[in-house]
Amino acid sequence: MAAGLATWLPFARAAAVGWLPLAQQPLPPAPGVKTSRGDEVLVVNVSGRRFETWKNTLDRYPDTLLGSSEKEFFYDADSGEYFFDRDPDMFRHVLNFYRTGRLHCPRQECIQAFDEELAFYGLVPELVGDCCLEEYRDRKKENAERLAEDEEAEQAGDGPALPAGSSLRQRLWRAFENPHTSTAALVFYYVTGFFIAVSVIANVVETIPCRGAARRSSREQPCGERFPQAFFCMDTACVLIFTGEYLLRLFAAPSRCRFLRSVMSLIDVVAILPYYIGLLVPKNDDVSGAFVTLRVFRVFRIFKFSRHSQGLRILGYTLKSCASELGFLLFSLTMAIIIFATVMFYAEKGTNKTNFTSIPAAFWYTIVTMTTLGYGDMVPSTIAGKIFGSICSLSGVLVIALPVPVIVSNFSRIYHQNQRADKRRAQQKVRLARIRLAKSGTTNAFLQYKQNGGLEDSGSGEEQALCVRNRSAFEQQHHHLLHCLEKTTVRPNVRWYSRIERGPSEAMPALSFGWEAHYKLWKSHRA
Amino acid sequence: MGAVMGTFSSLQTKQRRPSKDKIEDELEMTMVCHRPEGLEQLEAQTNFTKRELQVLYRGFKNECPSGVVNEDTFKQIYAQFFPHGALPCLEGSPCMELPPSPALLFCLVDASTYAHYLFNAFDTTQTGSVKFEDFVTALSILLRGTVHEKLRWTFNLYDINKDGYINKEEMMDIVKAIYDMMGKYTYPVLKEDTPRQHVDVFFQKMDKNKDGIVTLDEFLESCQEDDNIMRSLQLFQNVM
Repeated sequence: MAAGLATWLPFARAAAVGWLPLAQQPLPPAPGVKTSRGDEVLVVNVSGRRFETWKNTLDRYPDTLLGSSEKEFFYDADSGEYFFDRDPDMFRHVLNFYRTGRLHCPRQECIQAFDEELAFYGLVPELVGDCCLEEYRDRKKENAERLAEDEEAEQAGDGPALPAGSSLRQRLWRAFENPHTSTAALVFYYVTGFFIAVSVIANVVETIPCRGAARRSSREQPCGERFPQAFFCMDTACVLIFTGEYLLRLFAAPSRCRFLRSVMSLIDVVAILPYYIGLLVPKNDDVSGAFVTLRVFRVFRIFKFSRHSQGLRILGYTLKSCASELGFLLFSLTMAIIIFATVMFYAEKGTNKTNFTSIPAAFWYTIVTMTTLGYGDMVPSTIAGKIFGSICSLSGVLVIALPVPVIVSNFSRIYHQNQRADKRRAQQKVRLARIRLAKSGTTNAFLQYKQNGGLEDSGSGEEQALCVRNRSAFEQQHHHLLHCLEKTTVRPNVRWYSRIERGPSEAMPALSFGWEAHYKLWKSHRA
Repeated sequence: MGAVMGTFSSLQTKQRRPSKDKIEDELEMTMVCHRPEGLEQLEAQTNFTKRELQVLYRGFKNECPSGVVNEDTFKQIYAQFFPHGALPCLEGSPCMELPPSPALLFCLVDASTYAHYLFNAFDTTQTGSVKFEDFVTALSILLRGTVHEKLRWTFNLYDINKDGYINKEEMMDIVKAIYDMMGKYTYPVLKEDTPRQHVDVFFQKMDKNKDGIVTLDEFLESCQEDDNIMRSLQLFQNVM
């Protein structure tokens, strides 16, 4: 409604007549406003497309480009119109904002381009109307995420991001986080992976029954009890390596508190703790039961693989992000289980020798039926029980099927995002190389120009090389600038471009006009 | 389980139904459109030129496409000219006269009461909506009218119940409404004195026969005697 503020001003001022008899002091004099014709039609020419509007319309928003005197900078006195060299399609939306007071977001345009137009015309993005605001925000967020990923990839990638004077700690942390940066890190990565696998396999093999040497079939022991020393040595070796790795990570972490609270470090701790507890606990029969239970936690070592596998990490992240759906699934299942267990219990109560001895006992039957397992260890025998049992299995299918698509779509979205990020990272290097090549083309042009004597002070026009005459004013001035720079920094009588004359093999790699290249060359000439 | 799902879904549809009816009602209301009389007629009736009427109508139509302003829109439009919400207590505002307290840090600006009286003054036929003709007629009087007409219009504004007389209560309401536009203080005890003093001063000046009410003639006479008022009536002359 702010659009109408200017148009309703006469009304507001007229209404002030009502205050006049009450005023006890003389009122201030009216401002001497130049009486301009309020309703003149302005022509705004945006890249050839003419837009005409009342001057009043544009005056509605005085803090924008078109509403303030800033537009006078774009006034072309010859044609009597305001000329903007911008996108005419986008301008349509900007002008409609002045007309209606609502800024709409075009669906088929790039959101970045739209933002740039808004910035040019002095409109804040918050002015986007409610109808388009959500979509605008979503698209902007998506764009920002993608750009942030690219930036992150560039920084975290194998570019020379580390300053030369980084401490051992920083280098170690970087080696841990990006194993492919150095060979040592890669070796360490594979070694730890190998030992995780060994540890897990040892845990599994420990429990397989193996025959004794004397072929006595009476006593079959699990392998763990036959070769306790061997398994103990293997376990010790693995735990030593894991402990070493954990301590190294702890030392290298930039923020130790955050590292201690992270999921991976917790998994590491849980993986190695049972061993140490087992060492400390004496071989007492009472406690050995608890000790055996602790061994179960050794299986958590398998989660250490998530550092090595991105897919596992994505899965974990998906489950975390679908927490609400999983919670709903669990809740609805619990409700259903309780309902059906109660019903089955009371249905089967009359039968003797029934398995449904209590409602909690019926929970097992309900779960097995709803998940369509159907072990058959508990079956209803009454007709009512069978009817309710069938209803139970039918509804189980439905309830479990409901949240699954949500989880699947989440997983697919995150997985594709990751894939896209990886692809973009790989393509980024190629893109940057191509861009650098294109840039060096312009540098080559300058050197070519110099070669052809363009910079020599030639008196008569005919002696000037043909290529000089064909240069545009911009190129001439640019080359002149570079020439001045050269004259300022390089010693006289040094033919800087002589190296190029020797042939492309001798040409400088990455012919960039960066200071490093220049400095290097200058140093080499001095030497 | 299916029954549970069924009840959930039916609850949702029940919620949706009342809003659909509301949308249909709203559509009906916006269909009512009013077109003003011809441009020549309005030009003859008011003191505006054709061009000025054109500018006024374009602004009016932009804000109210249906051609009429109802009281809420009127209040909204008027309120935009006065800063919304909480204002820090400025020098000279009434809350400065109260003892300092942390509750007094902000004044609430409320222009709706005065806008209500204005709306009643604009809406001469008491229909509850202001058409373009009413709007333009009032503006013509206020901006281009004679002193006599302006004072008569102001009298009409002050006379809330339109009985032809202004009594102290009506004046009190008007003055309070004007003070509200400066900032209604959030202090629990409303300081009655300042508006009351103002009203007393006003009545002393205007009420010639001291009978407690001000008639139109008394009002016109007293205003014409006051130079300040006469001068300030010319202030808003060249608004267009």
